Amino acid sequence: MFDEKDLLIDARHVTRRFPTNDGRLLTACDDINLKFYKGKTLGLVGESGCGKSTFMRFLVWLDSPTEGEIFFHGKDITKMKGKELHDNRQHIQMVFQDPTTSFNPKMKIKEIVCEPLLNFNRISPSEVDAKARELLELVELPGDFADRFPHNMSGGQRQRVAIARAIALEPEFIVMDEATSALDVSVQKTVIELITRLQREKNIAIGFICHDLGLIESFAHQVAVMYLGNIVEVMPGEGLSNVCCHPYSKALLDSVFDTKMDFTQKIKSIKGEPPSPLDLPTGCPFHNRCPNCMDRCMKEKPKLVEIAPGHEVACHLFGK
Amino acid sequence: MSLLEIQNVDISYGKNLTVKNCSMSLEKGEICSIVGESGSGKTTVIRAVMGLLPGAGRVSAGNITYDGRDLLKLTPKEWRSLRGHDISMIFQDSGAMMNQTRLIGDSYVEYILTHEDLSKKDAWDKGVEVIERMRLPDGDRIMRSYPFQLSGGQRQRVGIAMGMTYQPKLLLADEPTSALDVTTQAQIVRQFMELRDEYGTSIIIVTHNLGVAAYMGDKIVVMKRGEVVDQGEREYILHQSENPYTKLLLDAVPTLGGKRYV
Amino acid sequence: MDTNKNKFLSNKGFVLFSVLALIVVLIAIFAPALAGGIDPTAGNLADAIMAPDSKHLFGTDKMGRDIYARVLYGARVSLASTFVLVLTVFVIGTALGVISGYFGGWVDTVIMRIADMMIAFPGLVLAIAVAGMLGASMRNAIIAIALVTWPKYARMARSLVLKIRHTDYVYAAIVTGSSTWRMLWKYMLPNTITTLVITAATDIGGMMMELAALSFLGFGAQPPTPEWGSMLNEGRDFMQSAPWLMVYPGLAIFITVVIFNMLGDNLRDILDPREE
Repeated sequence: MFDEKDLLIDARHVTRRFPTNDGRLLTACDDINLKFYKGKTLGLVGESGCGKSTFMRFLVWLDSPTEGEIFFHGKDITKMKGKELHDNRQHIQMVFQDPTTSFNPKMKIKEIVCEPLLNFNRISPSEVDAKARELLELVELPGDFADRFPHNMSGGQRQRVAIARAIALEPEFIVMDEATSALDVSVQKTVIELITRLQREKNIAIGFICHDLGLIESFAHQVAVMYLGNIVEVMPGEGLSNVCCHPYSKALLDSVFDTKMDFTQKIKSIKGEPPSPLDLPTGCPFHNRCPNCMDRCMKEKPKLVEIAPGHEVACHLFGK
Repeated sequence: MSLLEIQNVDISYGKNLTVKNCSMSLEKGEICSIVGESGSGKTTVIRAVMGLLPGAGRVSAGNITYDGRDLLKLTPKEWRSLRGHDISMIFQDSGAMMNQTRLIGDSYVEYILTHEDLSKKDAWDKGVEVIERMRLPDGDRIMRSYPFQLSGGQRQRVGIAMGMTYQPKLLLADEPTSALDVTTQAQIVRQFMELRDEYGTSIIIVTHNLGVAAYMGDKIVVMKRGEVVDQGEREYILHQSENPYTKLLLDAVPTLGGKRYV
Repeated sequence: MDTNKNKFLSNKGFVLFSVLALIVVLIAIFAPALAGGIDPTAGNLADAIMAPDSKHLFGTDKMGRDIYARVLYGARVSLASTFVLVLTVFVIGTALGVISGYFGGWVDTVIMRIADMMIAFPGLVLAIAVAGMLGASMRNAIIAIALVTWPKYARMARSLVLKIRHTDYVYAAIVTGSSTWRMLWKYMLPNTITTLVITAATDIGGMMMELAALSFLGFGAQPPTPEWGSMLNEGRDFMQSAPWLMVYPGLAIFITVVIFNMLGDNLRDILDPREE
């Protein structure tokens, strides 16, 4: 679906296990393989505890996987240390979910957005005022917000500041962890428009964590669905409601409430509860809740297999 | 006569008028969704109905009538007999409402005993029965659990069970699914619809999720900055209303197969 | 910044006790002049244990030394050693606590277990043991008390750091390339400073008492150094017959400790982080 020469980040067999106090292992990410392409948005969708945040944190070096490699421009970022790691931070940045906790309450907006630039000596302290205004204008905020404190602004304005901070270093890739979930719906729309505009203008790749399928369909080029630490499906963003086929993805889709949906249709809900990540079932992680569970599903874990350009599924119902 | 009537209600916190001239009504067996963004006052309204305005909040003008009774003139004693039996409330995080250091069963038994004179054993059995009636399997195991041992969705359903113990005629739900995953949200919404279908419970649901509001609501009330700016039947609000704010909200909600930005 | 100054100046207690504390410090600094040139270590046995009179305002001690001069010069010893002690535990405790809280892992474990070990000892007993091993002197008394007191500051600093360690904005600062030094200095430390300064200020009085106690027991200042605690010790045998040997140094300790305690209290009222 995308040109391989545009491959920016290539995650292979990434696994993360956490030892617990009683000696058991909690598997947060299980053999994840995912690719991010230049200037494109990949939406990572899943419910709480599926491991999407854990995985994305590897990309900004806030955590390291237990196994696996993540290649960025051909180099494995999980093995980077010291100066190499520090220098590479310029290329990958992050926007956090909650605009009320993303900023140091004691710092002014101009210090916040220019901090990355000062950290890498891209500007001198005397240039902070001017550069801050420039960045604020990029995110459609008035320049004189530079002297304000974060708590004097609305949620939407703060999230724009967070975006300004993230693009300050002109990174190639930005992780956005539910960047619009805490915003009112009308504000969310304007922030998504800003993000997509900046992406076009600066050719930034984005990894967008989201739980709202309707939202992610509207601006992601690709969507990956995660369940219990596994990627179960990767599909094109456009028209995903038509092509999506993994039973869990379809269950997610069925759970979406939409102002344009058919209101007479009864709600289909998945039975049961997700198993504990301390005690992963053998075979397919979804088998105990899947309406199409077969014998094979209980014993053999399905691999991600390409069934169409840009569309991979991990399910025994599809593929070879 | 409507089951619930809110007429020209003003709500103030001290000198601050936070809700102005709010009017709406609810019939028996009807579901009404109140939608709005932050600061719209929707939560304040629903708390006022329940008589649960915090601190210095009070209804400074207007009437709230339930089944012909003036809710603003009730004594605490009258409220005690009304709450739980006639009107119940479900909050965003039912888990936080429960005492984390006590078994759910103990909290539930205590709740039952404030409404009925039963032995502890009978109260426990009643709790198990209500939980299972709400389609939560293994009610006894749930009663024997601590709140943190259940998932967010299970806790919320236990909260609904507790609220429905005496099959109240009116259920007030304040953002009941906002803290939940989408699949759990679907389960809870289905549960609410069943409550209305099986018991004829009238429901007011406050939510910022327009999709849920549209699915559940027979009628929808749109609030902005403390005022009701639009209200009407679902069909009207979604397709016919010319109100600019309503249209702005509907346009901003992402829909499957809808507008794309890339 | 004006509002900050007003906060301090409008608290009458703070102003009062700051002035009194300043007076005590000035007394210490100008002790030689105030003592009228009398040498606090020089004494004539013939003049031993004389009641207060016009020549010796506070009388003389058992070695014939002028107690008034010794009380004045004693202020120097007591104040200087107390400030050194408080500053030392403040700096070391804060540094170790911030490092412990920020880095976590084995660094945290090692520092905190050592801190636990120190806390397990009754302070004065350990101080005596250390002073006994290293030899009795004011310097060793300071070291001994510092050893048992730093854990309190470290634990406090650590818990204040842990409160913010896992906030989004700290992670954001790391992701945007902030160096470890910057994280410690600009993010972690400012969050601990207010509470720790208040703790230090309110501890001055207590630390002074502990040093005096050690000197009283013979493990601190050694004769002929004038020090209020050791002066109390020297006057013990004469408590009934010549009470002035104990009364004046005792009063000096009492007044100074009260002044600094009240100063710390008022400082806490002004800076109370609970209101931040």
